[in-house]
Amino acid sequence: MSAAFHLGLLNVFGDAIDFIFNQQEARTGQTTVGGPDQVFHLTGQHLKVTFLALGLAVLIALPTGVALGHFRRGEAVAISLGNAGRAVPELALIAFVAAFIGVGLLNVTFALAVLGIPPILTNSYVGVSQVDRNAVEAARGMGMRGLQVVARVELPLAVPTIMAGVRTAAINIIATAALASLAGLSTLGDLILGRNVYGDAGVVAGAIMIALLAITLELGLAGLQWVLTPRGLKVARAGAQARSRQEPRPWMRPRTAPGPRP
Amino acid sequence: MTPMATALAPLVGQVEIHSRTGENAPCQAQQGKVFCLDWAIDNFDRYTTPLLNQLLLVLIAVAIGFVVAFAFAVLSHRQRWLIPTFTAATGVLYTIPSLAFIFLLLPITGLGWETAIIVLSVYTLQIIYRNIVAGLNNVPPESKDAGRGMGMTDRQLLWRVELPLALPEIIAGLRIATVSTVAISTLMVFANVNTLGQPLYQQIDFKTNIVIAGGLSILMAIVLDVMLLLAQRLLAPWRKPSMEAMT
Repeated sequence: MSAAFHLGLLNVFGDAIDFIFNQQEARTGQTTVGGPDQVFHLTGQHLKVTFLALGLAVLIALPTGVALGHFRRGEAVAISLGNAGRAVPELALIAFVAAFIGVGLLNVTFALAVLGIPPILTNSYVGVSQVDRNAVEAARGMGMRGLQVVARVELPLAVPTIMAGVRTAAINIIATAALASLAGLSTLGDLILGRNVYGDAGVVAGAIMIALLAITLELGLAGLQWVLTPRGLKVARAGAQARSRQEPRPWMRPRTAPGPRP
Repeated sequence: MTPMATALAPLVGQVEIHSRTGENAPCQAQQGKVFCLDWAIDNFDRYTTPLLNQLLLVLIAVAIGFVVAFAFAVLSHRQRWLIPTFTAATGVLYTIPSLAFIFLLLPITGLGWETAIIVLSVYTLQIIYRNIVAGLNNVPPESKDAGRGMGMTDRQLLWRVELPLALPEIIAGLRIATVSTVAISTLMVFANVNTLGQPLYQQIDFKTNIVIAGGLSILMAIVLDVMLLLAQRLLAPWRKPSMEAMT
């Protein structure tokens, strides 16, 4: 780890920042690349396809998962879909959709939504079906009908689990949106996959932007989850944490078995 | 490695790759044909190296991820404050998309196996760690008391009682980590590693190729998953593998 190494490292990241904020001549000459106009245009495109796909995935998977969970049907399908979804190689999915269905915004949105559906569906199912039976019975006893039970009891109590699925889906989608340029849609992936045009500065700039976008989206969804979680759940969780803090340390616990219970 | 490196080195853009017809011409010419069996049989050997590379990459990455996650899990079993810290740190790393991760490492480790292994093993950390911690937490207090009653020290208790009883959760974590690592490892073609993503990326509009390369990757995930499932049945026969959903 020489000083020169560190200097070189700083240079590449410095060049990448420079690429984001200043237009410059392309490696191939003739044209200019980088600068806020191009980078933010690509960022916008990236976000657009991400939100379209995430919205479509939520629209399809959330009602399906909640319905399955409410009626406690199709556990095997809901769970194994989530497991199978993890095995799908993103690159193959994009290539498959591009070759078999077509390219462009609509097709890429569809491909990315396919990636987002399994975690949302599985988690909606698990979240709703694991809601305490007693809470559901109590709601029915108060005279609530099926849909009211779903909307007022099951959905609110399932928010943390459902949002965990939405966040997983969002990460998958925003990551795979970088491959959209292979299916004829410009996103920040253009910078990453076009090293011969944009150079190392452009590639690293694209990587920085994608990483920032992903972390921002994740934080935003975590905030949304906090807003959506019923206050009762938050209080219960804080209480549980406080209790676990008061637990005696393992080495303070008596080593002998407790005496006979009354 | 070398022919692959030259094929990818400048990532010559999709233009040239897309116009490449040559040897696939007869098969590609049949528009609408989903799968050319003849071509697949004749050319299957071109998938063996990428397949083996990908398998090796997955095994190395999951092994490294497991060792690191295991060490931290055992450490945080005694130092509880480590749990939220390590979970948050690995959570942030997990959020970084793999393509971005590869090229953020470009100025530091360059492209190649090293980068691919770092990226893939970092992604496995969170899920394996969380499952080991959950497994250790789920050990019934009665079992621990029984161990203590037999005069076990903390260390003996950990290795002889707690870890064996946590095996189902630990293997469940390994299964999730392995399956997702197989899927992501196709993307390591962008880190100049000749995985199944290489044939995929090289002829991205050739349907037969996409079906074979994508299918092999999914098959690898399934086979490894089933092997881990069998391992769990052998090592922890007292508990049926649960169909737990963890995301």
